[in-house]
Amino acid sequence: MEEYLDIVRQYDVLGAFWVNIQLAFWAALLSLALGSVLALFRISPIGSLQWAGSAYVTILRNTPLTIIMVFMVLGAWGQLELTLATDFDLNFFWLAVVGLSIYHAAFVCEAIRSGVNTVPVGQAEAARSIGLSFLPSARLVILPQAFRGAIAPLGNVLIALIKNTTVAAAASVATETSSVMRTMIEFRPDYIYAIFFTFAIGYVILVTPVGLLSTSFSRRLAVAR
Amino acid sequence: MRRTRTTGVIALAATAALALAACSSDDGGGDTDADAGSETTDTMEEEEGAGGEGLTIGIKFDQPGLGFMDGDTPSGFDVDVAKYVASELGYSEDQIEWVEAPSAQRETLLSTGQVDMIFATYSITDERREQVSYAGPYFVAGQDLLVAADNTDITGPDALDGKNLCSVTGSTSAQRIKDEYSEGVNLLEQPGYAECVTALTSGQVDAVTTDDIILAGLGAQPANAGQVKVVGNTFSEERYGVGIPQESEQCEDINAALTQMIEDGSWQEYIDAATEGTGYTPNSDLNPPEFDPCDM
Amino acid sequence: MSAQTVLFDAPGPRAKRRILLGNIVGAVVVAGIAALVLARLADKGQLDADLWLAAVDADAWAYYYWPGFLATMRAAAVAIVGAFAFGLLFGVGRLSALLPVRVVCGAVVEFFRAVPVLLMMVFFWLLLANAGVDDSDFWGVVIGLILYNGSVVAELVRSGVHGLPSGQREAALSTGLTRGQSLRSVEVPQALIAMLPALLSQLVVVLKDSALGAIITYRELLQEARRLGSGEGNILQTLAVAAVLFILINWSLTKLAERLGNSLRRTSGRTGTMAAGLDAGVGVGATAQAAERPHGVDEGPDAGPGDPGRPGRWT
Repeated sequence: MEEYLDIVRQYDVLGAFWVNIQLAFWAALLSLALGSVLALFRISPIGSLQWAGSAYVTILRNTPLTIIMVFMVLGAWGQLELTLATDFDLNFFWLAVVGLSIYHAAFVCEAIRSGVNTVPVGQAEAARSIGLSFLPSARLVILPQAFRGAIAPLGNVLIALIKNTTVAAAASVATETSSVMRTMIEFRPDYIYAIFFTFAIGYVILVTPVGLLSTSFSRRLAVAR
Repeated sequence: MRRTRTTGVIALAATAALALAACSSDDGGGDTDADAGSETTDTMEEEEGAGGEGLTIGIKFDQPGLGFMDGDTPSGFDVDVAKYVASELGYSEDQIEWVEAPSAQRETLLSTGQVDMIFATYSITDERREQVSYAGPYFVAGQDLLVAADNTDITGPDALDGKNLCSVTGSTSAQRIKDEYSEGVNLLEQPGYAECVTALTSGQVDAVTTDDIILAGLGAQPANAGQVKVVGNTFSEERYGVGIPQESEQCEDINAALTQMIEDGSWQEYIDAATEGTGYTPNSDLNPPEFDPCDM
Repeated sequence: MSAQTVLFDAPGPRAKRRILLGNIVGAVVVAGIAALVLARLADKGQLDADLWLAAVDADAWAYYYWPGFLATMRAAAVAIVGAFAFGLLFGVGRLSALLPVRVVCGAVVEFFRAVPVLLMMVFFWLLLANAGVDDSDFWGVVIGLILYNGSVVAELVRSGVHGLPSGQREAALSTGLTRGQSLRSVEVPQALIAMLPALLSQLVVVLKDSALGAIITYRELLQEARRLGSGEGNILQTLAVAAVLFILINWSLTKLAERLGNSLRRTSGRTGTMAAGLDAGVGVGATAQAAERPHGVDEGPDAGPGDPGRPGRWT
């Protein structure tokens, strides 16, 4: 037991989780922003925007995240020379954040659209009848209610995002959990079970509160109808 | 009848899973060539076992210049050496079955008898000798750097401060440079060396590190020709041996074949073919190598 | 589409002009970004015809994409069947009358739903490799996929049964069936039929996640594309081809799931199963369903509009 704790300290397991938490945090913010814009596109009156929004969702939702992450490094950084941070290692962290965001934005968009579905038609009709045009009625009437209806699906997207931060391994972020776990097992195969359960339980601890909170919020904030 | 329907579905699903799994493990050995022929070679190999009429050789499948499975044709320096040794041992080329030997699985492949010998940039180390035996070495490589053809400021591992260095995931070679030579180097890990070379030719990394002959083999690929060069300042010694199971008695025979290969000029010819156009020459103090005694 | 106009007035001449302008600006912006990316790639020589041709020639298909595709399909097929069996077992287990069975099954399902698939794959891969198993990479991928997706299927089963009208069970019990018999012969079969579209959508998730196998050296489509690129020096091109293949396969599966969902909705309205919220994956209960959405379970809105049972929705 003592020896195992030493190994956990030696490989900085907590630090690895901290990397994943940061990845999840920034990717959640970015994908929420991008996903909201996409959702707005999809319900907007402008045909090209509707088309762009639904094309984005269709393509990104059907692409494996692993490929997106590999493209971020080999394509965006390797060929297009996209640099997001002057520090070399930090640059890959942000590339991974962007990769995670553009992937999950498609699901955020769909979650918000499903929230929009919970808003009764009467709300939109009422908004129009008092003279609001598209953007004001979306901003003041529809989206506030839609976000509340979208809390449960958004929570599920967040859970998936947290778990998917492990795929940052494919974007050369070597300090995140799945890479660290792999290194630990390769060097200490005698502790393979303990190592796996350490990481697995870490994720259970991270993910469970998110699920509970989103369920409770979605109940509490549900628009009474 | 009705009440057993769900149970039936479960049973059916389980059976289907097993059946699918069973087929898949049948194809398992042939998953890289995936042609109809692989099935038969698999069974033949099982019937004959190691040392029978066929010979199963483990090579790298993804290292152009050393061991690469191009479609269904293996190529590279390791493959040429393996073919030479096999023919000296009395096997024709079509009696050889090529199996992929990824770095992490080489000891397992040998100790479980899935392959008869391994030619896969397999460095001889004391730790590995506890699990497997070696013939050879047939080549002594050294860790080196691959840089852009017009680069002049990277002359060795200690000139990398502030530079971006690429190596493959799980390799200790880049970490060694950071620990022992250039503390300020930026390390990038990629799943394979090809990705590293792509990043090198696009100018996003300054150097790629691993054994010199692997680098030369990558540089000799048509797509990279003329764009990269091996620095030629090696700073380690990697002795590539022929991995064989511990109980194998073929070590002396393999060494005899290797000796003849070196003496009749084939060895040099293979190296030249694998590194063509890069101007690479192996470290002549160590090559051609002295063999280890077989009873080690 | 018609319902969409609830959000805004039918455009008049001025609004039409503005929309047209918006369309043009949007198209120009998209085209501009594309041109910028292409120019940058051309600058780097990545648009050379040779590189692209080598990524799609006959050898590339015969020796790389096709075997890779087969390997992906093999892993996905074993995984989806295994996941179905796992899900059925644990989903029914969670509905068991015995408390210990319920608790154990619930714990197992919740655990595997919370652990990232990649961690499971890495663990089982290395565990089996250390044990000397031949295809440790294949089994690592498959076991990881089964445990995770099996847990999702278990939740589908459970919420499907929960969503049934209570009359179904009451009728079954009143004919003298035990609770277990009612579950097996009446409730679960109805839930299963309703689950089919969701199961097909789950196959998309499985296919996408099987690409994680590339990280643990399994020779699936992505990994084969990488290997082809290593030999030819056109890794960006081969990855693009692999991405397009994945998108096409998954997109057709998604469409198939939608169509299956629609036809099921038409045919099985009688039992009220659909009211359970299982229609094409919208529902399955707020908790169960959609944890997995971001992996690709089809989202409701696509199915929602056509749903006659829900008046008052407007996208």
